[in-house]
Amino acid sequence: MAETNRELISRSIFQRNPIALLVLGICSALATTGQMTTAFVMSICVTLVVAFSSMTISIVRFQIPNSVRIGLQIMVIATLVIIVDQILKAFFFGLSKQLSIYVGLIITNCIVMGRAEGFAMSNPPIASFFDGIGNGLGYGFILMSVAFVRELFGSGSLFGYEILQLTTNGGWYLRNGLLVLPASAFFLIALLIWLLRTIDPNQQEKD
Amino acid sequence: MAEENALKPFYSVLVLAFVCSALVAGAAVGLRPLQDANRGLDRKKNILYAAGLFTEGKTIEQMFSPIETKIVELATGKFVPEETIRPESYKQLKAALSDDSGRKLSEEEDIARLRRLEKYSLVYLVKEGDQTKQIILPVRGKGLWSTMYAYVALDGDLTTIRGVSFYEHGETPGLGGEVENRRWQAGWQGKKVYDNSGKMELKFVKGKAATVEPAMSHQIDGLSGATLTTKGVNSLMEFWFGDHGFKPFFAQLKKESTHG
Repeated sequence: MAETNRELISRSIFQRNPIALLVLGICSALATTGQMTTAFVMSICVTLVVAFSSMTISIVRFQIPNSVRIGLQIMVIATLVIIVDQILKAFFFGLSKQLSIYVGLIITNCIVMGRAEGFAMSNPPIASFFDGIGNGLGYGFILMSVAFVRELFGSGSLFGYEILQLTTNGGWYLRNGLLVLPASAFFLIALLIWLLRTIDPNQQEKD
Repeated sequence: MAEENALKPFYSVLVLAFVCSALVAGAAVGLRPLQDANRGLDRKKNILYAAGLFTEGKTIEQMFSPIETKIVELATGKFVPEETIRPESYKQLKAALSDDSGRKLSEEEDIARLRRLEKYSLVYLVKEGDQTKQIILPVRGKGLWSTMYAYVALDGDLTTIRGVSFYEHGETPGLGGEVENRRWQAGWQGKKVYDNSGKMELKFVKGKAATVEPAMSHQIDGLSGATLTTKGVNSLMEFWFGDHGFKPFFAQLKKESTHG
């Protein structure tokens, strides 16, 4: 592939966004987008895990026997996720309490697996690393956009700072209860996909 | 892609498993001291929250300095001298698991669904001179999905709640998970656990708590949409403020204060 590292990163954010085009990693996008902070930390964790797992798998790709490749990929991913979880618990205890199970669930995030199988197995380590970063950022971009709407209109705040004063706190803004619930992310992600595919018709699926 | 060879899958899996487990074990062991320190700090922070002593801008150790940590024998309610068990290193939950330092609860005793209860419990005292201003008690009990852990701060009169802080639970976020909502917890302040005859009267009610006496001082709003979690909170309070919980300790304290 003749793409430069910069292209590898940027194409995954808009043209080939893992959530918007490939529709992967939806489950965690529903769960962690209630607040900007959790969405932000989740994006960083996923970016790190995708980048390093893709790189590791790419380094050992000639040693991986075809028959057990999925198992080996999962093993590498799981190891990285556990290490990320341990680091969070050691240095960012408050955040790790909020994210709790979601960090562990990065293992089952289809993006990580998808990039390992779809890109890292057939590309050199450096390119795989940047592809991982790109996909992590693409995932993070969608997560942050959804979390922005959900937190602002659902809880009246951004990154925990009050923007719209809620009626429950004596303010004027009656919060939108639907946006607090994970299911609302479905609608928001669908709208984002619609928007992206309208801007760039190449992403539309052909019959 | 590598050449397929009958044995190759086995040893490549073995090698990778070995490397991965070494990494995971290394991270877990290497970071444990930091994690334990964090957990300890988090507990202290919640004790301070419950007692209403938490203020921004001070370190937790500074705020924690007026608080005295003691160990109480639950059955008799007497303090255990520091020489017997050191409060700093006492692991209460672990103690419940062994037969030396804990016991199995019978079905009718076990209203908070703890299964096992330790013989000794940590308590935290806030003193001013000789007078005990507040007592902070660790409590726990089963909610809908998980065991919920909390600290309850009592006034020196041993019945008025000064504050509460739930610090660990696995209830449904947004519904039962609202036990950690500080606004809901604020509703506990000033409520009385016992009535004048010493009966446990605290109740969590559906809808809004009563606003007229005498019910007002014993009723706390239940969590909306979380009937079973609220029930769990109710029974954990009933348990820990009952005969198998801290009631003997309160009796002992009262006796000491009238004699001494």
